[in-house]
Amino acid sequence: MSLQPLWDWFRVLHDTSGIKLTIFYDAFDRARFLNGFLTSVRLMATCLVASVVIGVVGAWIQGSRSRVLRLVTQGYIQFFRNTPPLVQLYFFYFALGSYLKISGGNGIAVPVVTNFTWAAICLSFYAGAFNVEIFRAGIEAVPRETLEAAESLGYSRLKAYVYVILPLAFRISLPALNNNLVNLVKTTTIAYAIAVPEMLYVANQIWSDESNVPEMMNVLMIVYVALVGLLVWVMGRWERALRIPGYTTA
Amino acid sequence: MIIGRTDLAVLKPFRIGAAEPWRFNAWHGAALVAALIAAVGIGEAQAAPGTPDIIATMLKWTPLLAQGFALNIAMSFLAMAIGTVTGVPLGLAQVSLLPQVRASSWFVTQFFRNSPWLVLLFYCMLLLPFEVRIGHTIVPLPGWLKSTIGLSLPVMANMSELVRGAVRSIPFGQWEAADSLAMTRAQTLRMIILPQCIKRMTPPWMNLYAILTVATPLTSVVGVSEAMTLTGDILSSEGRSELLVPMYLYLLLWFFLYCYPIARATLALEKRFAVT
Amino acid sequence: MVWTPDQPLVSLRAVFKSFGAARVLKGVSMEVMKGQVICIIGPSGSGKSTLLRCVNALVPIESGSILVEGQEVNDPKLDKLALRRKVGMVFQQYNLFPHKTALENVMMAPIHVLKRDQREVERQALALIAKVRLQGKEGAHPGELSGGQQQRIAIARSLAMNPDIMLFDEVTAALDPETVKDVLVTIRELAADGMTCMIVTHEMGFAREVANEVYFTDGGLLVEHAPPKEFFASPKDPRTRQFLDQIL
Repeated sequence: MSLQPLWDWFRVLHDTSGIKLTIFYDAFDRARFLNGFLTSVRLMATCLVASVVIGVVGAWIQGSRSRVLRLVTQGYIQFFRNTPPLVQLYFFYFALGSYLKISGGNGIAVPVVTNFTWAAICLSFYAGAFNVEIFRAGIEAVPRETLEAAESLGYSRLKAYVYVILPLAFRISLPALNNNLVNLVKTTTIAYAIAVPEMLYVANQIWSDESNVPEMMNVLMIVYVALVGLLVWVMGRWERALRIPGYTTA
Repeated sequence: MIIGRTDLAVLKPFRIGAAEPWRFNAWHGAALVAALIAAVGIGEAQAAPGTPDIIATMLKWTPLLAQGFALNIAMSFLAMAIGTVTGVPLGLAQVSLLPQVRASSWFVTQFFRNSPWLVLLFYCMLLLPFEVRIGHTIVPLPGWLKSTIGLSLPVMANMSELVRGAVRSIPFGQWEAADSLAMTRAQTLRMIILPQCIKRMTPPWMNLYAILTVATPLTSVVGVSEAMTLTGDILSSEGRSELLVPMYLYLLLWFFLYCYPIARATLALEKRFAVT
Repeated sequence: MVWTPDQPLVSLRAVFKSFGAARVLKGVSMEVMKGQVICIIGPSGSGKSTLLRCVNALVPIESGSILVEGQEVNDPKLDKLALRRKVGMVFQQYNLFPHKTALENVMMAPIHVLKRDQREVERQALALIAKVRLQGKEGAHPGELSGGQQQRIAIARSLAMNPDIMLFDEVTAALDPETVKDVLVTIRELAADGMTCMIVTHEMGFAREVANEVYFTDGGLLVEHAPPKEFFASPKDPRTRQFLDQIL
């Protein structure tokens, strides 16, 4: 099925009403906007997964016996929670990135780590700091007696964690985790600041070329609200499916 | 943060940050200063001979940075004020008895809650006029003010959700008791429900303020001359790569020193309110 | 029609009420005269609490009629606030306002709803707190009082509105056994003063002693009613007998 009639409709819309949505009827703009959209989605997905992994590992370290490890994690959490993510991103990209350059064949310094990767690393660590706290609070909400009950039924410590403690902790953590992941997805837009070619960045290029700021601004807004709304909806359904009956989150 | 309170014997309430002791001065600030000093040391080692020393350079620019930072704080105060003043009525509209009012305020809240801050900033920056006419006077809207309005929109939406959540967390018996004493809905809200909400809302409100404060450097992306923009300007005017790490760390330290005590105070308040 | 004190103060005619699919009241009729104290007993879920809530329009009814001092409660044009000024209610969970002191809890509604003079209300409130024997606790917040003390303040709070009738909804059910007595003494004194009372309770001894008439509800119906001596000595309906056998 061809989408050409749809694209033509937007061209007619422009000719008749002046609403200039080049990203539909201009093949070049369409391709770059689609690329931007896909880059945004890829960045969001990468950060979501990585931040959850960081959260789990961090929560595990927080429960470890080593005081030094606990303090280091604590410092990491507090630092990332209480400083602006944009400054963190600049720090990673400009400051640390300036050390990580190798000489290319023609003598020009080439960065080892791409802009996209810097954004993914920085945002994952940023959201990960919150996730560590969320998972740890979830584990702490499960009382000692539950572990004792599981052990008295013959579970080993490891099995008690896998089958009883962690599933409970995860369900308790889920509402806060959802909040944080939604926040992360919204924050990925700051990758714009280090020229990652994501949606906001290409939209900016398009409105500079085509001078259609209001149209592009509204398209951006709709696409982002739809993306975040989709995540909120999916996570909300998941949260309800895993809800513990009787445990209120008022 | 207290999210779940429960009567279930098998689970304890979910509290973020419950296990952290209060010892800001002893550890975290010190670690940060140590990192900064280490970065300065490394920078000195790399510096070309004859360049001025890094700490002196940082001190030289501190007054300018402080000016920028003051703008960050001013924007955070103003955006918080606008967001709170507009968010409270919006939140009350979300618990209105009229379905249309409830639905439309819910939509507005969700829309601004789910929009990325940076996109809202661009929106306000590019689509608000550079001046507005109120009566016969023309009020100019400089960039920093437009950005502040942009920042206040998500604050408003979050505030609205806070109010809705707090009102709904008050036990139903309080409404019934007020009803049985012949209080009107407005009297019940004003004298019974909202006073109890304020206590519950204070810690998350302070949290929201901290989040807003660390979001103010976003305005540098749309060209406001706040601390972040000025740091970039300083770095390009000095043109010394060994200054990069120390300067950005220095800027992070400013924010950390401002926000971390707020985070701690929020936690302390939560603990106190949780007991009573 | 003007209501006169020789007519029932509260009268219910064929009252029906459901919550969703659950039918809670299936045609309840009863009359309460001025100065009468009635106790309503019955198993949990038999509609006792809902019955009380219908009387002061906290819960709307589906069909039937409820008259309070001759005024129809089941009327869309009803002035609910006017009705509730005449009807006091005390709840199982006390529902004191936790951000106000005991004295403020008692004084709030008369000042804000009845617009009465603050000094006069204070005098009355202090007298009421003394009447429920809690002098010295005026400045305490609800969180600093025991359950029984909170419940007595709740009774004082309702009395401050000078109601014509008091509704008590299982007011001792949430209390520790040793504080139950103080609350029952307060209600007994109130009844002795001639206050009209509708009391939902599980305290059989109390019902036998204080009530003029005892009603038994089961499955949304009023099964039978009789003066307490007769009711407890020779219940007629088998359901009543079974219930009394279980709990006595």
